[in-house]
Amino acid sequence: MSEEYKDNKIEAKSADSSSGGYAPPAEHIPAKEAPEQELYHAKSFWTKWVFSQDAKVIGVQYALTATAIGLIGLVLSWGMRLQLGFPETFSFLGPATYYQSVTMHGMIMVIYLLTALFLGGFGNYLIPLMVGARDMVFPYVNMVSYWMFLAAVLVLIASFFVPGGPTGAGWTLYPPQAILPGTPGSEYGIVLMLVSLAMFIIGFTMGGLNYVITVLQARTRGMTLMRMPLTVWGIFTATVLALLAFPALFVAAIMMTLDSMLGTSFFMPDIFTMGEKLKTGGGSPILFQHLFWFFGHPEVYIVALPAFGIVSDLISVHARKNIFGYRMMVWAIVIIGALSFIVWAHHMYVSGMNPYFGFFFATTTLIIAVPTAIKVYNWVLTLWRGNIHLTIPMLFSLGFIVTFVNGGITGLFLGNVIIDIPLSDTYFVVAHFHMVMGIAPLMVVFGAIYHWYPLITGRHLNQTLGKIHFWVTFLGAYAIYFPMHYLGFIGVPRRYFEMYDSPYMTSGVGLNQFITVAALIVGFTQILFLYNIFSSVFKGEKSERNPWKANSLEWHTPDYPPTHGNFGKELPVVYRWPYDFSVPGSDKEYIPQNVPPSQVPTAKVEIT
Amino acid sequence: MSKRELNIFKLLSQKPWESSQATIDNAHDGKTLGLSKANLGVRTIMVVSTVIFSLFVVSYSDRMLVHDWKSLSEPWLLWINTVILIFTSIVFHKTKILSDQNKFEKAKNGLLLVGFLTFAFITGQLLVWQHYVNLGQYASTNPANAFFYLFTALHGLHVLGGLFFWGRATTKLFQNNYSVTKIKQAIGLCSVYWHFLLIVWMVLFGLMIAT
Repeated sequence: MSEEYKDNKIEAKSADSSSGGYAPPAEHIPAKEAPEQELYHAKSFWTKWVFSQDAKVIGVQYALTATAIGLIGLVLSWGMRLQLGFPETFSFLGPATYYQSVTMHGMIMVIYLLTALFLGGFGNYLIPLMVGARDMVFPYVNMVSYWMFLAAVLVLIASFFVPGGPTGAGWTLYPPQAILPGTPGSEYGIVLMLVSLAMFIIGFTMGGLNYVITVLQARTRGMTLMRMPLTVWGIFTATVLALLAFPALFVAAIMMTLDSMLGTSFFMPDIFTMGEKLKTGGGSPILFQHLFWFFGHPEVYIVALPAFGIVSDLISVHARKNIFGYRMMVWAIVIIGALSFIVWAHHMYVSGMNPYFGFFFATTTLIIAVPTAIKVYNWVLTLWRGNIHLTIPMLFSLGFIVTFVNGGITGLFLGNVIIDIPLSDTYFVVAHFHMVMGIAPLMVVFGAIYHWYPLITGRHLNQTLGKIHFWVTFLGAYAIYFPMHYLGFIGVPRRYFEMYDSPYMTSGVGLNQFITVAALIVGFTQILFLYNIFSSVFKGEKSERNPWKANSLEWHTPDYPPTHGNFGKELPVVYRWPYDFSVPGSDKEYIPQNVPPSQVPTAKVEIT
Repeated sequence: MSKRELNIFKLLSQKPWESSQATIDNAHDGKTLGLSKANLGVRTIMVVSTVIFSLFVVSYSDRMLVHDWKSLSEPWLLWINTVILIFTSIVFHKTKILSDQNKFEKAKNGLLLVGFLTFAFITGQLLVWQHYVNLGQYASTNPANAFFYLFTALHGLHVLGGLFFWGRATTKLFQNNYSVTKIKQAIGLCSVYWHFLLIVWMVLFGLMIAT
């Protein structure tokens, strides 16, 4: 325990006993049973900003690294789109480059951008602030977690520069083709990819340990689990999912690395090539698919649940209304999390399985639609008769709801075995998952950045650029993915380098060109957004404290933006949930979580 | 310790906005479970490791059904290693009891013995590897071999990870640079982890000799 905080604790105690005389019993503050957390106080520039143990700095580091690698993912998608829209035009795009772009784009976006941004970025920044902790419970481990992530990203980037280039096996990395000659990067690229994934998982486990235990054990007084903002619920549940699901990818990655480097045959079936049988054989590629999707499906919810949580808070704050059905929202998050572990084989309908399994997995998949739909209804009902402020976070939240419903409904089609089989491996699938786990979570990421940017930097992002960013991204996403659904319906298969003169492509050529142009425009708008982020640090309009008039603790720190230790001398005490907006009878429009009942005597209970 | 909500269904059905619930909630001290963070950290790590090893066991059970599977003959050295690991666990348990009774001088000897036995176990495992390599049984020779090397390597890495924390606790104890509650907790948690390592090894070894 540092000297600084030790003294404060004694002060706090004496303040308690002296104020006990006139405070109403409801406000009696119980003495803290556990001693306050030891904090590491950085002395130098290096330990403060580079090898930092402060969760806020680590969160920003995570977010910046994820954004940097995400930009590479974005550029790769342009390469793919140029090839698909205007084949045989660009000499730098061969089949190998195309497949490598597809693979790296997918893996980067799903794991190194979205997972790292939601859990590493928002998780680190928001969890301690929102639950009223000074920092994560294991700050050192948290720091190591970030550096493991950075190392994983560097290994991934290194795979671009090895002989043969990065792997081109598709983001699912299915063996045996991923490690057989003929697939780009089957020698070195795939190994670096697998090593990078294993490092990411080890790093994430260290971070995940922090997020889970901080939420469970390090909350401030009065902050019960059911008083936490839904953001924390979403990130918490997603982290639990990730801790249980990433091991499957880890196991698969280790075994495939051995198959590739030591010549074992965990996944390698009997293969004849050039008239000769390979030395490896007898392994099961389907086993890899099961392991991969046992991770891969929860991964969808690892990305979606934090987005659900964050968007609930954004909608509630910017519509000045309590979230409709808070408990139901929490239940839905937990139920979706639990169900996500028993639906994985719906990604494998065409891999061949017992028909009863197909029936089982189709059923569980459709059941997930129930809690998900409840969430959508609750968001809409929160907006109903709300005092909706059309701020940029709200615009993005609305964009999220529409996009998520869109992607969710196409998911209902794909979840049914009988409809999935003709649609499988077409652009319909590509459009579906980009809508539901690409665009929808990104809408939330953008909304959340516009929402919390003032908290992090003390300045607002440029509003005009923000509006342009929103409208181009929102309309542009639909310009890209609506035509793509149609391409899927007419039977255009995904992962084809070029369609040549296929008869069913006649009506698709123009559409493909249109999609490419839209994708380029949307992509460049993201660069405008990044410009906004970096220039607003210096030039942005100064934000007053708590500009959105939110209730959750992160806006009510003594220093604004919050500084080391988050809450200054004394940790806040929580008296209410974070959704007390427009409470009947209260003279205040909103009541922050740390306002005791005695300060708002006229406030009535809101019936939810 | 104030009352902890241990029933998740009760917890999830709280109505945080109602004033009766608010009175209860205001007295909440913010902890969900009456466990230290280190304790919870070790438990979480053990859960994640259990998932990893379970998935390996599932893969093993799936792979062994294929015709090319040839079981390894386990050398007697592997049995000795298993006995060493069981003995280590017993010693660690005794050490933990000693440290709980504040008998730190005796606990020092116990910790040293644990370290010696654990290093002996790792050396033993490496000797088994050498034994197989001398026989020409490489990882690529047969999937059973591959799983054997994989299981022993992963278990060994878990043991090394445990030894890192054993080393930290032992160093602190010998330098007389510790707080009593913390060193007790460290020794207690290490001993739990060693029991976990033993159970994992028993399951993996049992699986390999049974098939």
